[in-house]
Amino acid sequence: MDMKRRNLLKIAGMSAIAGVAAPSALNLLMKGNVQASSSAGHSDSPSDAHGEMPAEKPTGVRLGLAIDVKKFAENKGLAEKCVAACHQIHNVPDFGNPKDEIKWLWIEKFENLFPDHSHYKKNEELHQLPFLAVCNHCDDPPCVRACPTKATFKAANGAVIMDFHRCIGCRFCMAACPYGARSFNWRSPREKDANGKLKFIKDLNEKFPTRMRGVVEKCNFCAERLAENLPPKCVEIAASAQAMYFGDMNDPHSEISKVLKTKFTIQRKPALGTLPSVFYII
Amino acid sequence: MIEKALKGNQGYWTWMIFLLSIIGVGALCYVQQFNYGLGYTGMSRDVSWGIYISQFTFLVGVAAGGVMLVLPYYVHNYKAFGRITILGEFMAIAAIAMCLMFIMADLGQPTRALNVLLHPTPNSMLFWDMIVLNGYLFLNVLVGWVVLNSEAKEVPPPKWLKPFIYLSIPWAISIHTVTAMLYCGLGGRHFWLSAIIAPRFLASAFAAGPSLLLLIALILKRVSKFDVGETATQKLITIISYAALLNFFFVGLEFFVGYYSNIPGHKHTLQYLFFGLEHDGHMYNNLVKFMWISVIMGFASLALFFTPQTRKNEKTIMIACLLMFFSLWIDKGLGFVLGGFVPSPLDYVTEYYPSFGEIAITMGVWASGFLILTILYKVAISVKLAKES
Repeated sequence: MDMKRRNLLKIAGMSAIAGVAAPSALNLLMKGNVQASSSAGHSDSPSDAHGEMPAEKPTGVRLGLAIDVKKFAENKGLAEKCVAACHQIHNVPDFGNPKDEIKWLWIEKFENLFPDHSHYKKNEELHQLPFLAVCNHCDDPPCVRACPTKATFKAANGAVIMDFHRCIGCRFCMAACPYGARSFNWRSPREKDANGKLKFIKDLNEKFPTRMRGVVEKCNFCAERLAENLPPKCVEIAASAQAMYFGDMNDPHSEISKVLKTKFTIQRKPALGTLPSVFYII
Repeated sequence: MIEKALKGNQGYWTWMIFLLSIIGVGALCYVQQFNYGLGYTGMSRDVSWGIYISQFTFLVGVAAGGVMLVLPYYVHNYKAFGRITILGEFMAIAAIAMCLMFIMADLGQPTRALNVLLHPTPNSMLFWDMIVLNGYLFLNVLVGWVVLNSEAKEVPPPKWLKPFIYLSIPWAISIHTVTAMLYCGLGGRHFWLSAIIAPRFLASAFAAGPSLLLLIALILKRVSKFDVGETATQKLITIISYAALLNFFFVGLEFFVGYYSNIPGHKHTLQYLFFGLEHDGHMYNNLVKFMWISVIMGFASLALFFTPQTRKNEKTIMIACLLMFFSLWIDKGLGFVLGGFVPSPLDYVTEYYPSFGEIAITMGVWASGFLILTILYKVAISVKLAKES
């Protein structure tokens, strides 16, 4: 390559970078979300909302999950089965104590999942229901905003996922998540006993990585299964009882869109403006 | 100049060996933590930041406190601070060094720390905190060292240094503002979600930093010939008193908002910190005694500072400085960070107790900071005394 052409390319490249980077850098700061601005752009920035709840724009794919809590109550043990299967296929370790606990999907009571709802003269049935707690895959995720290395980010389909190899373990995302969806590897989940067997992972899934100590993890909406055109594991198990609905909420013909249109659903802490993608049918 | 730190009397060396032994224990514990993981500490899924991050937050304030000397001296030409401004700058260096060590101690994967630079993420407040902290460290090393060098050579500081000195003033404000923004921008944590966090941090910083500085200056007067001077002492007392009053005023405002609005989210953490939180039949109150000790120490210190007799007496000044420093250390270095995790987002209460090793590492970092401080102060004072004799 001769020098002139090289210089020309350099100048062209530099001006392209300057022209593209300046507004997008500003955009990053204003939107506070790297992935959202580079992918389809699922929602208005908070400043567009004029003090009202930010509106969701039906552009691109946005995966959502609806959980029919009564169906879980009718099918005893179904919720536990979902949790066990999720934790098994994702090699979620069981340390056997609440201090080190790691969980992706778990069962909570109504009052813990919805602490800002009134519990006066509580509906006995409601408070007995097994509510599944899981990452909300927010459209405007506070964890992604807080992460200093982009180790957690929003995928093009709206799922909020983790790069375990980039995470520095600062746990800023855990402080930022208003749903307590994130867990930290306080010790090594790969620890082995004297016989060389994994101590904390009973039934290892060779197809999914185990984590190392010092990184954060959480539900990934089964990104590895979606890549093979399979639904998330919990959805697959709950399908027989029609207890969970999963799909693209921006596609008006998807099953989840129809369900959300016809059934009354609630979301966790909607006032925070995180726009959760998980809905509860009660 | 650094060779001046290698000459000292027996007291100096005893102090250095004392610090080094604490650092040694801390380093051994850190090796254990590094090999096991952060489960070595008392932190948990619900209380995911502990005393490392709370010390870091407090020490950013100590570092920012140095500006209370730099500003009057360089901007308002307040000559009485001529002898101690360098002490403020050097204290900022030691405090920032401690901050960086505490952050490293708190990382789950410390060997990946450079990812913050390799993948710069401007929407994360931690990215900006990294920039302002390292920038402030650089500014103080540069300004402190060049000024001291000029002093040793008995020439005025070079002109090119002026912009850096002026830049360090807003920069000091920025370090504590950005540190406050780590907390006050998190929607899910009501106690931290308050616009008054940054001003409150600054007010407590401007009391805590100068308290420590004045205390050290008065100790130096006893162990060396270095004397800060009566005017500077009295001016520092005024600064500490009013900054502390502002801090207590801001804390009071938090109480008003929480208890008058009666919004549970705004009230729960204050309830937990100062009175104990009853939850599912259990009483959670492991920080209550500390918070009240903090309140009592703070007001006792203010009483000493505002009473004419005790304000003039060096011994009572030292006691008041010590009380104020510990009061604010509990307020910010304990209550603020740990309290924010109660109750958890799922409305559980988990209490945090640091582990033995965690405390040893924390003490090791503090001792490292004091080691840096001692070396820097030794050099600075040797230069100043040599010039005057």
